[in-house]
Amino acid sequence: MAKSLQIIPEKCTGCMQCELACSWVQTGMFQPSRSLIRVNIFDEQASYAPYTCFQCDEAWCMTACPVNAISIDSDTGAKVVGDANCVGCGLCTIACPFGTVFYNPDTQKAFKCDLCDGNPACAVACPTGAIEYTESESADWLGGWAEKVNASYLQSIEGGNAA
Amino acid sequence: MSNGGWTGTILRVDLTTGRISKEPLNMDWAKSFVGGRGLAAKYLYEEMDPASDALGPDNKMIFATGPMTGTNASTSSRYMVVTKGALTNAITTSNSGGHWGPELKCAGYDMLIVEGRAPVPSYISISDGDVRICSAEHLWGKTVWETDDIVREESGQHDTVVTCIGPAGENLVRFAAIVNDRHRAAGRSGVGAVMGSKNLKAIAVRGTGGVSIADPQKFMSAMWEMKNKLVEHPVTGEGLAAYGTAVLVNIINESGALPTNNHQVSQLEGADNISGETLADTRLVANKACFGCTIACGRVSQLPGEAQDKFTVTTRPHNWKIAVEGPEYENAWAMGADCGINDLDALIKANALCNELGMDPISFGATLAAAMELYQTGAVNDSQTGIPLEFGSGDALVAMTEQTAYREGFGDELAEGSKRMTAKFNHPEFFMGVRGQEFPAYDARAIQGMGLGYATSNRGACHLKSYTVAPEILGIPEKMDPAVTEGKAEITKIFQDATCTVDASGLCLFLTFGVGLDEIQPQLEAVTGISYSVPDLLEVGERVWNIERMWNQRAGFTGKDDTLPKRLLEDPIPDGPTKGEVNRLGEMLPEYYELRGWNAEGEPTQEKLASLGLA
Repeated sequence: MAKSLQIIPEKCTGCMQCELACSWVQTGMFQPSRSLIRVNIFDEQASYAPYTCFQCDEAWCMTACPVNAISIDSDTGAKVVGDANCVGCGLCTIACPFGTVFYNPDTQKAFKCDLCDGNPACAVACPTGAIEYTESESADWLGGWAEKVNASYLQSIEGGNAA
Repeated sequence: MSNGGWTGTILRVDLTTGRISKEPLNMDWAKSFVGGRGLAAKYLYEEMDPASDALGPDNKMIFATGPMTGTNASTSSRYMVVTKGALTNAITTSNSGGHWGPELKCAGYDMLIVEGRAPVPSYISISDGDVRICSAEHLWGKTVWETDDIVREESGQHDTVVTCIGPAGENLVRFAAIVNDRHRAAGRSGVGAVMGSKNLKAIAVRGTGGVSIADPQKFMSAMWEMKNKLVEHPVTGEGLAAYGTAVLVNIINESGALPTNNHQVSQLEGADNISGETLADTRLVANKACFGCTIACGRVSQLPGEAQDKFTVTTRPHNWKIAVEGPEYENAWAMGADCGINDLDALIKANALCNELGMDPISFGATLAAAMELYQTGAVNDSQTGIPLEFGSGDALVAMTEQTAYREGFGDELAEGSKRMTAKFNHPEFFMGVRGQEFPAYDARAIQGMGLGYATSNRGACHLKSYTVAPEILGIPEKMDPAVTEGKAEITKIFQDATCTVDASGLCLFLTFGVGLDEIQPQLEAVTGISYSVPDLLEVGERVWNIERMWNQRAGFTGKDDTLPKRLLEDPIPDGPTKGEVNRLGEMLPEYYELRGWNAEGEPTQEKLASLGLA
């Protein structure tokens, strides 16, 4: 069983330590604009949700890349952009359904989460356990979360009808 | 130039002429005053006549980050607003967390200096090097939350962070706040009114750059060491994290130090109803952190259906269905205990209104408490107030919050702050504060050191300038008896100086519950590449304290202002565990002046100034 990044949004306080840690890996500075994990803050819903690459089994970024610059790391299973081959066309950033492949204007290359060679800095930095790097069947935590949100939404609508 | 921490650049915007300029940071000053509160005080001292009108174009506003702001050191979110306070006419340093400070730093600036007055309502838009002054005529009259939405939308960038004023700032409410990230405020002393007087509605920032570190290896190890200590400490790791700052409500109430009914008594009946514990049990929906903070003391609460329609404010029904931040300890006290109110839902509504309309809940609550005492004694009546201002009335609280921000009805009187309001109605003795600023949530009769701290605080009464509640009540770092005056002059001076240093660094004062300058020192050294010993850092703090004091002297303040209201000095606490206590300021103040190296009039001596490089 492979390890994957699991994100538990309910534990997130929106502190941005994951963005700081990731950007440090990318640029050697604390530069959240270059982080590959992003925290979205939804104030009115009191929801803070970090998200990053799921390392999809069927990775559309790889499929879209015209120069085969994205490969699979045999140790971690991460989809990794090879800087030597990347021509910076940005097709992978468009192909990704989750918006987790980015274009770096400084290097003029695509960049995305590579799981830090098996020791993700974001998970190490997270002070609340909202990001964990653990063994699991699937990295698709989003599916379970979406199911829950949908269920509660449907319930609220049904409740509304009943009332 | 700087090789870490500081960006080395100041942004200056003259709203009168529309001139925008970038200039190198004075690195000699940066070394001596570090940043944030300290460096901004130095710039304000050098650049501005302290006798200027706080609400005139000659007042300047400095939005200052510190070298630690935007790093991954815990609590690295802070920026300071340093200016002449509209409430106090003294130098003020109102600080806020959230994301705005780090964003300014990432845009490439240590500080933003705002000068003059815009001819029409305006806002400043900063996107890295691209800085513009934009029309805010369409934003005038909008709330903080509306402004936040519109300005972010106009920036075209999802990650833009906005700090702005609401109607209270526009209406020059003397205790208007500047609010960023919708709920985080540079709250006190009326910095929002100063911004309003400049016709400046908002400052939007997007920064894509980063903060560099001079000695990364040393920094990482010191940074982790501090984070681990914060986790292990019972206050920063458990109390604040689990219950927020309002965990103090029961502690301070049981100590007989929770000022109630405008400081008439020192305990609130039913205080637990507004405690952090009750909040957690009944209304809390999330804990929220500022940028970089591993403590996450922020509370997010939401009213259940049956509570949404309580109280009289029904103008924005949407707001009572959403999650809002707070209440925190200070506003739970000011709008709660000090007004005799123990209804949590009233506090949640009033607090959200303060954030939405841009108003300091501490001074607002305390001013309402003074108005309630005017009402109680018959100095004002229903025909003036429009609504009965009875102690304990949640209806009065929520209604007056809105009226004050818009200066409607009796709210127009409250908007002047309690010093001006109580003087107008011939009861100046009901003003509970120092230098025109209302007290925060600790009765100085029950905690002697806090009395000295309040009396000598440069920005007026404040809990964040020498929090001797830590040793006197909480036993941090060591327990001191709150009832004695011995040793309080010394601890107050040390706390004031150390606090200046923390406020200069870009870190949040709350981390000092768990760590001290010993932990901050190696991080600051590693970030900046400049060697500071712990004594050096205390001297930085002392330098900052003294330059603020000198600024105030030039603004017209003297040692005679280092005092407390008669109620605290002469009227004993009538009941409870601290019954019979008054504050014995006279036993502490002379010793304090001596320890500070000031003369008997409270003026820094030439020798002291020379030793600090301020002569």
